[in-house]
Amino acid sequence: MFLGRVVGKVWSTAKHPGLVGQRLLIVQPVTPDLKGSGKRIICTDCVGAGAGEIVYWCRGRESSFPFLPADVPTDANIVGIVDTIDRQKG
Amino acid sequence: MLISRVVGDLVATRKHPSHEGRKILLVQPLNLDGTNRGDPLVALDAVDAGVGDLVLLVTEGFSAMTSVERPQSPIDMAVVGFIDHIDLLQGVR
Repeated sequence: MFLGRVVGKVWSTAKHPGLVGQRLLIVQPVTPDLKGSGKRIICTDCVGAGAGEIVYWCRGRESSFPFLPADVPTDANIVGIVDTIDRQKG
Repeated sequence: MLISRVVGDLVATRKHPSHEGRKILLVQPLNLDGTNRGDPLVALDAVDAGVGDLVLLVTEGFSAMTSVERPQSPIDMAVVGFIDHIDLLQGVR
C-alpha cells in the first residue's frame, strides 16, 4: 500500500454502472514526512476519507475486493485513514 | 519480492476490516548496495517484524493476502520474512 493525501474529488455522471455510487477522490502520494511524491491518482474509497486526510491506498485488482460481491472496476482504492505515523529516527 | 527495512509503523482507526489484527508497517525498499529504492511503502505484517528489521516484502495481491491469511481483501503488500544474510557474486551490486 502507499501513503497519500486526499486533495480533491472527481465528478462523473456517465460512467460504468459498477462505478455508480462510488466516490472518486484525487490522491497525492506522500512520503512519511507528508511531502508530495509522484503523480496524483484517482481512487475509489471504502472507508469514508475526506478532503485533506492522510490515507493509505492499495492498487491493482485487490483494490476492488472491499466492494464484493459487486464488481467495481477500480484499480486504486483508499483502504485506511492514517491517525499517526511512527517513524524510526535517522 | 523486495529487500526492505522496516522504518516505522502507522496507526489507523478507520480501515478496511481485513486489516484489523495485523501491524501496519512502514517499509523502505532497498537496493542491493543498501541505498533507498524509492519511497517508503505501507505493508501488513505476516511474521511479527519490528522497526529496524531487514525483511522480504511482497508487492502483489495474491501473495500478500495469503501471507496474512485474509483472502479476497484489499491488501497488495506484506512483509513475509526476515533476511539473515545476502550472498552475491563478486562484482554484482
